[in-house]
Amino acid sequence: MENHTILEMRSITKEFPGVKALSDVSITVRAGEIHAICGENGAGKSTLMKVLSGLYPYGDYSGSIIFQGEEVQFKDIRSSEAAGIVIIHQELALIPELSIAENIFLGNEPTRFGVIDWDKVNRETLELMARVGLSEDPTTKIKDIGVGKQQLVEIAKALSKSVRLLILDEPTAALNETDSQHLLDLMSGLRSKGISCIMISHKLNEIEQIADSITIIRDGKSIETLHVKEDGVDEDRIIRGMVGRSLESRFPDHTPKLGEVFFEVRDWTVGHPSVPDRLVAKGSNFHVRRGEIVGFAGLMGAGRTELARSVFGRSYGNFKSGQIFINGKEVTLKSVPQAIEAGLAYVTEDRKSLGLNLLDDIKSTTVSANLKKITRNLVVDKDEEFRIAEEYRKSLRTKTPSVNEGVAKLSGGNQQKVVLSKWMFTDPELLILDEPTRGIDVGAKFEIYGIIQRLASQGKGVIVISSELPELLGLSDRIYTIFEGAITGEISREDASQESLMKLMTASKKAA
Amino acid sequence: MNSIKKIFGGDTRQFGMIFALIALVIFFQWQTGGKTLTSGNMMNLFNGNSYILILAIGMVLVIIAGHIDLSVGSVAAFAGIVVAIAMRDWGLPWFGGILVGLLLGAVIGAWQGFWVAYVGIPAFIVTLAGMLLFRGANQFVGKSNTVPVPEPFQYIGSGYLPEVGPVTGYNNLTVLLGLLLVAFVIYSELRSRKRLARVGAEVPEMWVSLVKVGLISAAILYATYLFATGRPGTSFPVPGLILAALVVIFGFISNKTIAGRHVYAVGGNRHAAELSGVQSKKVNFMVMMNMSILAALAGMIFVGRSTASGPFDGVGWELDAIAAVFIGGAAVTGGVGTVIGSIIGGLVMAVLNNGLQLLGIGADMTQIIKGLVLLVAVAFDVYNKTQGKPSITGLLTRNFGNRSKPDQPSEVRSPDSEQAISTKEVISKS
Repeated sequence: MENHTILEMRSITKEFPGVKALSDVSITVRAGEIHAICGENGAGKSTLMKVLSGLYPYGDYSGSIIFQGEEVQFKDIRSSEAAGIVIIHQELALIPELSIAENIFLGNEPTRFGVIDWDKVNRETLELMARVGLSEDPTTKIKDIGVGKQQLVEIAKALSKSVRLLILDEPTAALNETDSQHLLDLMSGLRSKGISCIMISHKLNEIEQIADSITIIRDGKSIETLHVKEDGVDEDRIIRGMVGRSLESRFPDHTPKLGEVFFEVRDWTVGHPSVPDRLVAKGSNFHVRRGEIVGFAGLMGAGRTELARSVFGRSYGNFKSGQIFINGKEVTLKSVPQAIEAGLAYVTEDRKSLGLNLLDDIKSTTVSANLKKITRNLVVDKDEEFRIAEEYRKSLRTKTPSVNEGVAKLSGGNQQKVVLSKWMFTDPELLILDEPTRGIDVGAKFEIYGIIQRLASQGKGVIVISSELPELLGLSDRIYTIFEGAITGEISREDASQESLMKLMTASKKAA
Repeated sequence: MNSIKKIFGGDTRQFGMIFALIALVIFFQWQTGGKTLTSGNMMNLFNGNSYILILAIGMVLVIIAGHIDLSVGSVAAFAGIVVAIAMRDWGLPWFGGILVGLLLGAVIGAWQGFWVAYVGIPAFIVTLAGMLLFRGANQFVGKSNTVPVPEPFQYIGSGYLPEVGPVTGYNNLTVLLGLLLVAFVIYSELRSRKRLARVGAEVPEMWVSLVKVGLISAAILYATYLFATGRPGTSFPVPGLILAALVVIFGFISNKTIAGRHVYAVGGNRHAAELSGVQSKKVNFMVMMNMSILAALAGMIFVGRSTASGPFDGVGWELDAIAAVFIGGAAVTGGVGTVIGSIIGGLVMAVLNNGLQLLGIGADMTQIIKGLVLLVAVAFDVYNKTQGKPSITGLLTRNFGNRSKPDQPSEVRSPDSEQAISTKEVISKS
């Protein structure tokens, strides 16, 4: 089995009007291995996978695909699935209102005399779920299980189609550590059963841990293929390949200049918006100094976002009690406009659905949170808008041909820069950044870190919410840990380590 | 092709619908043996469609905000009958009638806006209810009878600019209006050149501007000529004047003011807008209210034109208005559309109607053709979008206003877009 090739893609070139997304990309996947594809956002990883899975049909690209020794020409996803290639997208393709079993067999329902054989569906679902280590009732609706389990359902669905090659696009992006680890273990399990995997991921530690070989794609070209064991690959080596240069440090140098405490939240208690008795913030206390970068650490669902958004003009949950002090004075922020007025800014963790109007262009997005500033006599001054957008484009080094471009066209990192410029234009005193680098590639991350530090050195307070502990450790001057809606700890930069944070993030104060 | 591009700026596709409109006019002019571009017919066209076009102005804002309004025909009819009765039975003067009508529109709009914005019921349902409700209210108040309106009130629906000043053989006010418009076209072209130069963008060559201004001015002057030389007593119609004023006002609001921006923002992504400090409830309330006010106005103009208010006024108007908006390049999902686009979409429908009528084609065939035109126009748009090509009906943009959708060849954007399902899912759903 070793070194037996299951898939070979030769000289794949794919063009879009005006853009060459892939040029002459080749990749070889051995049977029974986990093959990671790394590259910055926009490098062409997903496009390559779309070619492979038949989403871009044969004829749409040039080059050839050899799967299990035969040249294949997929017309659509069905034909690639028939051959045994299944792709699991980052945005899970499950239907929330249908059950686990219904989802697994959707489009593939076993029938008897033309009627769906539910006994068989449920029986096979149980078998498949056992294979992926999921114990749920097959009739449970998808919307009632967590993201981690949903991911497993996707894999079970793939297994039901007798998959030979499984493609996972950012499989752990939305998962917490435990679920991620479970998924990675499952992938190793599949590998030992002879199922090959291609995984696209930004999480280099996971790749290092699990992948057998790594193909690096940069600017639509395949740069190199590394064999983890033979070549002794580590994270820095991968980064070097991805960005074409080595980053001496993953965080820019920064010396904090801390001022006085100017923002303080006391006894902040917020109820869940739809479940009456549940609290998403339980008497939380925290403060921010001028020039300080404060980290909020917590697992997915711990209530970090909920806390931040409830502080930001009560834009989430049912406010119960609590006080906010700005510069020592108590303020009441009942709405987002009030919060913005008071000098708060909140950059959401979910750019696409909460942060950006994807129909809009860069320049009007940039000014959209502070239109008043460029409005004279009722008229929005478009020259001013253009000028301001240009200014931010230059100072944040947003990669775009022009600020007239639509934000939908930008890569994740550049979209985030536009969102940041939108909030910087409101001239806030406190910026709350929720997962500021999610889905952003290494090079752009470094730049975003630089922007955050620059804001801090200008005397602004910054709160960074992140699931990536190294990011928090590298960036923050002080870190709060949150567990089940309560702040369980406060650690200074010097005392913080992944272990100490993890401990506080997973156990409540009393238990610890 | 290149020079056409230069003249009209941006992409020719933005002008697809204008070209379609011009082509239609020319086609009918040829087919009807010159009966299309006559004074009388042009006035008919304006008089007979101005109320639909006024509805389209309100409707495009509603649709940009991500809603729809099915009640406009019924609201128009209800406002019409109330105004007619108010003037007949309470002896209100014509301006009092107009005031009552607009006020009633505002009240109805507030009612619908309340349900849509603050209770959160989809506008489709609220206005479907409104469609029944206000149709019934019209027939209840008017006892299903026709109520005539006084002569002065008819002026807003069928009046013309008066004759003033020296006898020139032309209608002086119409000529003046035309000349002012030409002056404005020249002025704004000069201004835009200056602006481009100031911002440091590329300024088109002089001949491009000249040809552009020349063509537009010629069209305006020709229209002026048509309207100013009609049979005695006719000139540019009053409903057309009201429409023009509304186009200018709402074009300005949608394009240049914070309120306008907020409508696009809410339609484009409500959650993002809210987190940027936009009060989306207020925006939704206002667009629904505005629509009903304009519907009331349209109803009054129609009543003025037909000299009486009846129980079946305004039946089917909502569909004409909605069709105009979608032909004009708006998106069903909201966030996209322009006032000018909708007017042109409405004019395409109007010219079709009128031309087919002149050709003696029956109402049956006319409806079939109109239905196909709507379908083809939008299908073309959708097809182009899925092909990653720019949209054809996303017309009329940067030159008339910056509110077009940015082209979205979806495949070209970063393929590694991240959209994780996590707490935010929970938050955005709650």
